[in-house]
Amino acid sequence: MALPFLTLAANRIVAGEGVAAWRVGDLFVTGPGLIALVVGLALGLLSGREGLRLAGAALGLAGLLWLLSQGASNLIADAGDYARVSPGAGFWCLLVVVSLLAADALSNMSPGPMARGGLLIAALALIALVLTSGALSELSIMREYTSRQDAFRDATLRHLGLAFGSLAAAALIGLPLGVWAHRRAPLRQGLLPVLSFLQTIPSLAMFGIMIPLLGWVGDSVPGAQALGIAGIGFAPAFLALVFYSLLPVVANTVAGLQSTPAATREAARGMGMTEGQRLIRVELPIGLPVILAGIRIVLVQNIGLAVIAGLIGGGGYGTFVFQGLNQTATDLILLGALPTVALAVVAAILMDILVELAQPTAETAR
Amino acid sequence: MIEIDQISKLYAGKAAVDSVSMTVETGTITGIVGTSGSGKTTLLRMINRLVEPSSGEVRINGEPTSSLAPHILRRRIGYAIQGHGLFPHYTVARNIAAVPRLLGWSKDKIAARVDELLDLFSMEPSQFRDRYPAELSGGQQQRVGVARALASRPDLLLMDEPFGALDPIIRSRAQDDLRRIQRTLGSTIMLVTHDMEEAIHLGDQVAVMDAGRLVQHAAPAEIIRAPATDFVAEMVGGVERPLRLLSLIPVADITEDGPTDGEAIDPQTSLRDALAMCLWAGREALPVARPDAPPGRVTLDAIRARAADHQ
Repeated sequence: MALPFLTLAANRIVAGEGVAAWRVGDLFVTGPGLIALVVGLALGLLSGREGLRLAGAALGLAGLLWLLSQGASNLIADAGDYARVSPGAGFWCLLVVVSLLAADALSNMSPGPMARGGLLIAALALIALVLTSGALSELSIMREYTSRQDAFRDATLRHLGLAFGSLAAAALIGLPLGVWAHRRAPLRQGLLPVLSFLQTIPSLAMFGIMIPLLGWVGDSVPGAQALGIAGIGFAPAFLALVFYSLLPVVANTVAGLQSTPAATREAARGMGMTEGQRLIRVELPIGLPVILAGIRIVLVQNIGLAVIAGLIGGGGYGTFVFQGLNQTATDLILLGALPTVALAVVAAILMDILVELAQPTAETAR
Repeated sequence: MIEIDQISKLYAGKAAVDSVSMTVETGTITGIVGTSGSGKTTLLRMINRLVEPSSGEVRINGEPTSSLAPHILRRRIGYAIQGHGLFPHYTVARNIAAVPRLLGWSKDKIAARVDELLDLFSMEPSQFRDRYPAELSGGQQQRVGVARALASRPDLLLMDEPFGALDPIIRSRAQDDLRRIQRTLGSTIMLVTHDMEEAIHLGDQVAVMDAGRLVQHAAPAEIIRAPATDFVAEMVGGVERPLRLLSLIPVADITEDGPTDGEAIDPQTSLRDALAMCLWAGREALPVARPDAPPGRVTLDAIRARAADHQ
């Protein structure tokens, strides 16, 4: 709490000066926020009363938002035209504490998959409401956003396209490959080491390798350039992500299909199921949670990796991150980084719900 | 009728099953006994062609098994194995319905058959139908496994160590259930086991396998009375032979007239159990209930005489 809550800088480049939480405004501004925060954190200490702890976390969060929104407009009012206000270390620390509190309370309440889905939607709606209400529009990161709205929308679409498109391509290639490798032990023994070798190439090097490779394809294969295949841009980024995705998809498909107990497989064969029927009716349903877990790994991994695509002109949120790095504009970096993190978290939660729904056995049926 | 005709299986030139021939009558249980590596499981798996024979033929009701595609053949033959092999992602009802579904039975017919089988195995349909295998005890899982194998009224039921994973008490109950159900349905069963006791207890016929060969195929009493080889004698368990023989004979066979005190025992009690009761209670005779006459008795002397009457 003693750390600077907000930082005030003369413009978007220079380092700012920290302002403590109780100094961001007069008593009418700081009072309600600080009280909500303290009461919320105190409620969070009650062990065993998960409902109260969750309410405490929500109260603390509301206090934080209040301080952030009121403090920002207060500080910016008597600073110069180019002045910027950003959340400081104190804000981030408190945000982490409150989020941990909420997460811990929630996990102790262990809501079912449907309840988790509802909570996720409610949380997203709340975030959207806060962002569109203009309460935070004085913050530097929101200013960066306002001046780049169109670019941000394009980057979002591109980022989603990269992450989900590469996932779809990897699933289209990887699932049949996994089924095939499951059937033929020699193929399995050859394929998996190659895929795990691909996985060990550092991401920057992988994107680098794609540049000459696809550049050559674009130059020498007729019609390739018309399809947008060139050394830099979307195509090499996409291809690199697909390569990274193959190992988790194939390995988890194989592991999922192998997870059918030997006696079950023997019984299925002995009762007269054909190879296809065994795959569709027995091995795939039993392996589905493991296969989906592979898809989850790929999705979260690709949302993160797609940032690096910004380096080779692939677009996406990486564009902002690298622009921000070049200009030493921290808030521009955050404009790229925060949505990436949010996207990854949402994807992870959604996939976890799917994995759980895919287990039609005793544990979840009740 | 199942005819196994000169069937062999070679692995790398070595015979796992060596020219076995036997005939199994419809409506009987045949226990196939042997040590591990004797080829008994391979023999069983060649009948539904999970293992293709190297030579020889199997005929079911005169029809060679090689005349059908393997998966079509297997839908006509029930198959129950050790560790039940139930589908963990299907309910009990869906598990039992597996083969009828493959055969394209109507929904109503399948539902009726599932309930009928659950009743037969003393599992209340409304209570068990929608459970998952993980929610059942070991004995219940095993019963569902056998019910699944019987679902489509197969010509033949093959069982490979079906009770191997059960504890002794549940196992003997499961054996009694199988015997009762087999009598009710008139099924033809071939059952592989390493346990001579189980084969003698369940089998109308016992087939003893040793090193890929069928060394003796006869009724249980015959196997005990006149083992064909030293190996069979050893399997029957030398010193226990008289007791095993007595275990096959009901007291009704040697019940005589005469008064005895105490509560009358069931006429289907085996002579081995009657002997044990006499020895335990220090008595010379036990009263035996008779359905159409006043209680008779079985004496220790009569049991002794019957045990010696094998030459």
